[in-house]
Amino acid sequence: MAIKLDKTDAVIVGTGWAGGIAAAELTKQGYKVVALERGEDISSEDFIGSKDELKYEVRHDLYQDRTKETITTRNTTDEDAKPLRDQPTDTNGDGTGGTSTHWAGWTFRFLPFDFEIRSKIEEKYGEDRIPEDMSIQDWGIIYDELEPYYDKFEKTAGISGEENPLGPERSDDYPNPPMKETPSIRMFKEAAEALGYHPYRTPSANMSQQYENPDGETINACVYCSFCEMYGCDFGAKADPIVTVLKTAKKTDNFEIRNHAYVTRVLHDDDKASGVLYVDTQTGEEYEQPADIVVVAAYTYGNTRLMLLSEIGEPYNPETGEGIIGKNITAHYGNLLFTGVDGFFEDKKFNSFAGTGALGATLDDYNGHQIDNNETDFLHGFQLNISQGGAEPISNNPVPKDTPSWGKEFKENSLYYTNRHLGVGSMEACLPREHNFMDLDPRYNDIFGDPLLRLTVKFTDQERNLAKYKIEKAKEIMEEMGADIVEAPEITDETEFNQDSIHSHTTGGVIMGDSPETSAVNNYSQMWEKENLFVVGGSSFPHIGAYNPTGTIGALAYRATEGMVEYLEGDGGLLIEPKEEDKA
Amino acid sequence: MVDDNFKDDQEQKEKVDSKTDDGQGVSRRSFIKNSGIAAGGVVGGALLGGLLGNPFETEETTSQTDSQKQEKNPTEARMFFTRYEDFVVLEQATERIFPKDNNGPGAIELGVPYFIDKQLAGSRGTNANEYREGPFVGSKVVDSRLTRGQIFIIALRKMNSLSNERFDTPFNEAEEEQQMDILKDFEAGEIDMKDVDSSDFFTLLRDSTIEGAYADPLYGGNRNMDGWRMKEYPGSVASYADIMEQDEFVKMDPVSLTDYQQKS
Repeated sequence: MAIKLDKTDAVIVGTGWAGGIAAAELTKQGYKVVALERGEDISSEDFIGSKDELKYEVRHDLYQDRTKETITTRNTTDEDAKPLRDQPTDTNGDGTGGTSTHWAGWTFRFLPFDFEIRSKIEEKYGEDRIPEDMSIQDWGIIYDELEPYYDKFEKTAGISGEENPLGPERSDDYPNPPMKETPSIRMFKEAAEALGYHPYRTPSANMSQQYENPDGETINACVYCSFCEMYGCDFGAKADPIVTVLKTAKKTDNFEIRNHAYVTRVLHDDDKASGVLYVDTQTGEEYEQPADIVVVAAYTYGNTRLMLLSEIGEPYNPETGEGIIGKNITAHYGNLLFTGVDGFFEDKKFNSFAGTGALGATLDDYNGHQIDNNETDFLHGFQLNISQGGAEPISNNPVPKDTPSWGKEFKENSLYYTNRHLGVGSMEACLPREHNFMDLDPRYNDIFGDPLLRLTVKFTDQERNLAKYKIEKAKEIMEEMGADIVEAPEITDETEFNQDSIHSHTTGGVIMGDSPETSAVNNYSQMWEKENLFVVGGSSFPHIGAYNPTGTIGALAYRATEGMVEYLEGDGGLLIEPKEEDKA
Repeated sequence: MVDDNFKDDQEQKEKVDSKTDDGQGVSRRSFIKNSGIAAGGVVGGALLGGLLGNPFETEETTSQTDSQKQEKNPTEARMFFTRYEDFVVLEQATERIFPKDNNGPGAIELGVPYFIDKQLAGSRGTNANEYREGPFVGSKVVDSRLTRGQIFIIALRKMNSLSNERFDTPFNEAEEEQQMDILKDFEAGEIDMKDVDSSDFFTLLRDSTIEGAYADPLYGGNRNMDGWRMKEYPGSVASYADIMEQDEFVKMDPVSLTDYQQKS
């Protein structure tokens, strides 16, 4: 029998950016907040002296503890799914700060095009251009409405950047100037400009200078030590929830984080959530934490799975297209949507070992709003970039394709090319399909005996054609940069989703929109069917644009928190009236 | 303030060190003499060789140079691999993957086999940080009911038995080309290894070798940071802020965590 605890104003599941922002804003307003974090108690102290590639970048120490729970994957509904057993490329995290402690810090705004994707595509290319099984939808919010929240997040996180010449309108500059410009960034920009493109410095949550954010938290200047993505910052120089929003919340005396608190259910009756049920994994004791509002702010997987386990919302059924929970999974799949090209330089050496998470440049000349999809065999588009994260030696052994992966020639070439190699990377938008979804796996359970989350994903020509196209464009840039050998991965019809595809940036499952017919939450991340339940994070994206998701997760979290305060101060009820769908 | 226990430990250690004047801990000669094994006794020659190497090489071993004595690393003993004959297969296999050449040391000199031994002795070898509920499906190493440690042993013994079958010689004494032939068959997925695809084991072996060559020396590989030196990789440098914008390549002496981390 669960031990029932005293009621709090708000209980938050997860302490990443989404949960951290909610914690800071609610506690600043005087509300009592309990945050439940399934992983370890982590502080910046844990990262001092953590320059250990094997532990963090290879074994992925900050990723999810898979002994307790994992996901399963398959391509189609007639297959059995297989569990993801170890810590490969799937980046979602554990512990205080969640995935956000080991992020790289690339902080973009999605395009106005993204938020109105269905309307814009219909308007530009006609309704018939959208494949019948492509479940894209407008987000129920437009860029102009979200802009102030982007601005707020960028100021909290001290983003270092410069205006994107092809980007949407901004109400203010980035709070910090761009990071240092390295030779490879200069080469990329010069080559891109020579080809008529509009490169700009990648907006970065690594600080170009010491910075104090509006909450009074100091983030140190980045020292370019190269141990950044997949690591916590040795110097408190990467904006993460630990050095910003969680610190802000702690200062109020209204905040408590409970670690090792594994939430297993959202409790609810009729149209409201009453609290959550969790297990202290260090004692095995089960607790019920009642609250006036419940904020579910885990990773996409956790958010989706908690809704399914708690039987909130209607699970998506791919046969009928009915139901919402689990729908519209999209991601930047590693073997297709994250692919880039390699360039090898015979006569030039780079200080490739130096760098930081979000050091680079990007261009949007082929992104959704710029590209003419009348000329392409795919919809939406991609960005191209160069980045210098700092190449650690186990993970970076670039060799031209005809080199074996071991033996004398491998050793010789990998030593020779290690500092003579650059990559042009890319990220493409991923559009949802009716056959791609998440549900509960009937075969595999977590340590509590609850079913794991199952991903069913199969690529289509949309992704493959887009990847082939962007690789050609990336090659042109690399050639212009003067590489002696330019190589790209081969994309074939056999290139398919598998466990190595799951890289990061998985979104969807508890998607937003302007009506309960098509969405689980409104644009305050408030569940349509449980008015005091807010499900915040990448799970609310109806699709993922051609950018890293964190900027948009941060903006939507600030928007959601405004809704939570409004809800707590007011008389309850939905914060937005659902729009009547004119169902065809 | 010096902790008394610590002081005692130090004194104890000095005593032990002074006894083991040939730099090998309890010397091979005195062990053999004291245990009576050398007199024939109950233990046969093969096992003796497996345990101690060839006892008739004692003279050669004790005539090591002073510099070799200084390089003796007390953490270099087998923790996971109980059979010496498995370990020498591992040594040769890793050396073929990352061979000694003009650039510098290969896997053996870098300590890669000991690195792998330590990895397999810990959570990596027992898959302790992984999801381990059945049913186990799929042919990858990670999908197996067997642990990484068990799979390593199966594979290394397979390498040895194949070498004996094909070339009538143990793997560690086979020619480089013969060893390569066997490794290539593993890589091609052509070796039967219970429910594991041999090509996926080969990937594990290959990746483990690279890890041992380049991980921080704290894990027992990358001896003397020579892996990093060959790669012109500087290790745990606090800041590169000063060199970010410059065009010239900068060569630095590497720093490991033993010098980087805070210590009392």
